[in-house]
Amino acid sequence: MRFAYYPGCSGHGSSVEYEASTQAVCKALGMELVEVPDWNCCGSTPAHSVSHELSAALAARNLMQAGKTGCDCMLTPCPSCSSNLKMGRHRMQDPDFKAGVDELLDEPTPTAENGGADLMETYSVLQAITENVDAASIASRVIRPLEGIKVVCYYGCLLSRPAEVAKFDDPENPMALDNIMKALGAEVLPFAMKTECCGAAMGIPDVNIPGTLSGRILDAAKAAGAQAVVTACPLCHMNLELRQRQAARISGKEFFGLPVFYYTQLLAYAFGLPEEAMRFDKLTVNPAPLLGMIAARRDERMAAVIENNRKSAGAAS
Amino acid sequence: MSNTRLDQARDLDFKRQVEKESGQNLSACYQCGKCTAGCPGAQFYDRQVSQIMRAVQMGLKEEALKNRSLWLCLSCSTCSSRCPNGIDVAAVMETLRSMARREGWVQDRPIESFWKAFLDTVKYTGRSYELGVMADFMGRTLRGWGNVEIAPQALLKNKMPFVPSLIHGRYEVARIFTRYAEKRR
Ligand code: SF4
Ligand code: SF4
Repeated sequence: MRFAYYPGCSGHGSSVEYEASTQAVCKALGMELVEVPDWNCCGSTPAHSVSHELSAALAARNLMQAGKTGCDCMLTPCPSCSSNLKMGRHRMQDPDFKAGVDELLDEPTPTAENGGADLMETYSVLQAITENVDAASIASRVIRPLEGIKVVCYYGCLLSRPAEVAKFDDPENPMALDNIMKALGAEVLPFAMKTECCGAAMGIPDVNIPGTLSGRILDAAKAAGAQAVVTACPLCHMNLELRQRQAARISGKEFFGLPVFYYTQLLAYAFGLPEEAMRFDKLTVNPAPLLGMIAARRDERMAAVIENNRKSAGAAS
Repeated sequence: MSNTRLDQARDLDFKRQVEKESGQNLSACYQCGKCTAGCPGAQFYDRQVSQIMRAVQMGLKEEALKNRSLWLCLSCSTCSSRCPNGIDVAAVMETLRSMARREGWVQDRPIESFWKAFLDTVKYTGRSYELGVMADFMGRTLRGWGNVEIAPQALLKNKMPFVPSLIHGRYEVARIFTRYAEKRR
């Protein structure tokens, strides 16, 4: 499987661990990622907040660049990027909208038979993994299971919404991450806040918004009994992880001390990939105690297996 | 939060304009309040999203456009995915924000400045560059100091590159912005 790949701006900054683990996991799963040459920022929320046409023009340049890779579709790890790129393509199916966007570009977008823009589809890496690799084949690659640690999966707003554009999973109760984490051997707890907004990029103008919203999500995760939160979004990760102390202070709670992982970090861990594939060193909420607990449970389990084997070998002789 | 005033001058052209630009049928809204019930911005809003929908329906232009809620909206689409009448409520909010901007009724300068700082970075480098956006934003508004709290951790973990990436096609990207600005005039 060969895919055009759009890393997104945060992959080079705040989410290097997501980028590294995504690359490593895709490689392990036989998904070849071909980086889109000279890609530009998708404009994120500010662009579509200012103008749909501007946002679509930024998406269109990327999708045309992606065409140069010779791949059929484009993947991106970031839900905000995938949402913008999908939305841009979706809106440009309308010939009038396409014409407006074309006026902003150096070269107009190619025209499809229906008069809309002929551009490739974008999927989140999570969607591509879910649709191309089944849970059994993920489970079969696990050499370092998560040993039943309790996690909640937090999807954020954009992975599955709006449903008619995202065309992925359930908009209210998505399961893609839950299924992957189960395959890796974690205990996945039901979580009511899966798609509640974390406050997105509002933290830059006003820290109180993500502080309050993320505080509520972390508090619910803790109350559910989670030992860690699993996410697929760099913005959510920033609000739940990097801003975790701030969220606790703003929402008037004690520090949650909940490690927040990108799902790809845990895939890389469970597949037994090398340290550089996980980049746990980039996390600000120390994951070491939890990783230590997984290792201790594994040792215990292995010891029991060895003991059992010894006994049955003894009985057989 | 203020109540919707029915005795004000109604402007039904305004309603038609919103319907045209957002592609949504506002008459379908029967004021069930589901959008408001699930809205994460609700606790920060000065006018709830369902009230804004009602104001548009009634052609109450100022009510619909002069509120901070349009800027505080997180674009999470919860409202759109829950509306029993299939209205893309989030798209209506975005349309209203553009219209308010055109009228010169920006109700939240800091958020508007943040978006501007972000888009300027994209315009000049082709990429977004968090540290640059944050510094630019704080310089423009003398706000955003709450972010200083997380700076030590972000820097310690080397999560904020000091050097922006410049793409080859940055002038091509800059031209997108320039043409957009010319078109708006
Ligand atoms: S959910 Fe839909 S019908 Fe209900 S109040 Fe909101 S916009 Fe109107
Ligand atoms: S998109 Fe905006 S109005 Fe709709 S639920 Fe989210 S924050 Fe509220």
